[in-house]
Amino acid sequence: MTHKGAGEGRELTAETLARVEGEGAMRVVVTDGEVSEVQLRIYEPPRFFEAMLRGRGHLEPPDITSRICGICPVAYEMSACRAIEDACGVSIPEDIGLMRRLLYCGEWIESHTLHVYLLHAPDFLGYPGAIEMAVDHRDVVERGLRLKKAGNALMTLVGGRAVHPVNVRVGGFYRLPTRAELRGLRPQLAAALEDALATVAMAAAFDFPDFEQDYEYVSLRSDRDYPIEAGSFVTSSGHEFGVSAFGDWVAEEQVPHSHALHARLRDTPGPYVVGPLARYSLNHDRLPPTAREAAYAAGLGTTCRNPFRSIVVRAVELVVACEEALRIIDGWSDGGAASVSVTPRAGVGHGATEAPRGTLYHRYELAPDGTVLDAQIVPPTSQNQASIESDLRGFVQDRLHLDTEELTRQCEQAIRNYDPCISCATHFLELTVEEG
Amino acid sequence: MSAGASRPKLAVWKFASCDGCQLTVLNCEDELLELAEEIEVAYFPEATRAVVEGPYDLSLVEGSVTTADDAARIQQVRLSSRRLVTIGACATAGGIQALRNFADVDEFRAAVYARPEYVETLATSTPIAAHVPVDFELRGCPIDRAQLLEVVTAFLQRRRPRITAESVCVECKRRGNVCVTVAHGTPCLGPVTHAGCGALCPSYDRGCYGCFGPADTTNTVSLSGRLTELGMPERDLHRVFRTFNAAAPVFAEESERHSHEGETP
Repeated sequence: MTHKGAGEGRELTAETLARVEGEGAMRVVVTDGEVSEVQLRIYEPPRFFEAMLRGRGHLEPPDITSRICGICPVAYEMSACRAIEDACGVSIPEDIGLMRRLLYCGEWIESHTLHVYLLHAPDFLGYPGAIEMAVDHRDVVERGLRLKKAGNALMTLVGGRAVHPVNVRVGGFYRLPTRAELRGLRPQLAAALEDALATVAMAAAFDFPDFEQDYEYVSLRSDRDYPIEAGSFVTSSGHEFGVSAFGDWVAEEQVPHSHALHARLRDTPGPYVVGPLARYSLNHDRLPPTAREAAYAAGLGTTCRNPFRSIVVRAVELVVACEEALRIIDGWSDGGAASVSVTPRAGVGHGATEAPRGTLYHRYELAPDGTVLDAQIVPPTSQNQASIESDLRGFVQDRLHLDTEELTRQCEQAIRNYDPCISCATHFLELTVEEG
Repeated sequence: MSAGASRPKLAVWKFASCDGCQLTVLNCEDELLELAEEIEVAYFPEATRAVVEGPYDLSLVEGSVTTADDAARIQQVRLSSRRLVTIGACATAGGIQALRNFADVDEFRAAVYARPEYVETLATSTPIAAHVPVDFELRGCPIDRAQLLEVVTAFLQRRRPRITAESVCVECKRRGNVCVTVAHGTPCLGPVTHAGCGALCPSYDRGCYGCFGPADTTNTVSLSGRLTELGMPERDLHRVFRTFNAAAPVFAEESERHSHEGETP
């Protein structure tokens, strides 16, 4: 960290922002006391998944695209399955849909707990990381690890393993877990629900800066349930559109400073936001009962527009995932087929599901024999990139009086509000604040 | 936490990858805090902002080398590491992103990015051992949590990790599975794939898809013959060896033996 001079000629640099998933850098330029430029630079080496998918068979995208992200592989598997099934004109029976939701609950628990306890809570409690935090708050860290383990146990039973589950296929699963196997997880998940409720109470007691933003939210919404594995799009300005219309509503553009494409709503000038805040604000009436009670007890209203409070919303979604998992397990009966067959045909298919960090969209164009001719993947962090930059612009502007170290730390925390998964890998973000 | 002068220092490095293998470190929920008492987590950006200067007693390296900057960085990592262990298929074989090694990377770049000139990348994705000496390679896409703990423990105790190079078939027999190929005619790469997963896919009524890469002794030609008998077309044989360990020599050669030409338009 450097601090050259003072006042107008100040240049601030922090070389590492840790506890995010991916490699990126942040550059903030201040000219004459005004923030003139903000860039979230993503230099994570590109891996070209959309190109690698061309020429593959129609049953391969779930396994291949799960390798985009070790933290949310189920999201990639689910969006890929839905898109291929859409292209082939196949509908999935209700019980397979429920088992997908159950697997996805495991991923929400694992991924949200990782972020809440290991990546984000240290900001609020004042530690460089969770291992250091455990010295003074061992019970807190142990609760987080226990909760994370429950999510991984659910993914391991339904998916075969916690990272890149093997049991998912286009059309369903290779083998459905039995009611007896699922019941075996019940005590661990019931305990996880209690831990999730304690997480909401913990997060609600943190200190949050006043930073209400006028966000345009985008999320899936379904007829009945809180959106996880299915739904169609809604926005906070009242638009509704089907998954297949995603390309009509959202434009992706490339900017020089990032290896992730920026996404924008075509009819809206500013950025839009996907993820827990958007899901919650557009679906609070879909919360299951325990989660709704916890949200209101935590002081959340029908919407949440302060990104720093996203940790509370993420904790509420932990309750949603535990509650839904228990509901599905309790209602499960054996006997259904593990999968339906999916015969390839020429066509285009779309799939969107709610990854822990926000809506994940896949689109595939298939040849008559199922060969993938074209693939498009729009991950949540790409959609949130512009909003992260917009937040930082306003946030830094109001805090130029802070010293270098504190401003840097707070900017890192503002970035972590989004749980950014920078092309789904981790190294570091570099924050540079230049003043001239 | 006590000052770490006497504890060995651990570093976790990331190159081109999905994060799943280093996440496996954090997935050791029961062992993580105890482990942190035995070793000092000196460099692990996913877990902590704190950075302790090297040299490091043990470096775990995730990911493959795909940029000129990373090719230079791995040299520095090696210089600052007493022992260097690669974790996962990317670091050990180049990963799924090594599919570019068989294609024109400029075409790949143009297929994904409208302004390809903004994107810096090498034409190949290469394993860490292609750049620096590696003390041990842990297989898997992703690695297995128990095997990771064994490797870390072994290095703490200054012994070789007890990790066998047998095939998935051996694990499958040991687990008491019915062979999915013999019983159901399901294509399975188990006979040529490195053990370590515990024969996961056959336990879920699925054929092994080779995510741990080739075993030490393999007969891929013979396996391909059997897969052909089961009705697998040439193009699928080409694809099935060309996934997460596509650039591992044994799989790359077998894939090359089969035509990727098919009935696509």
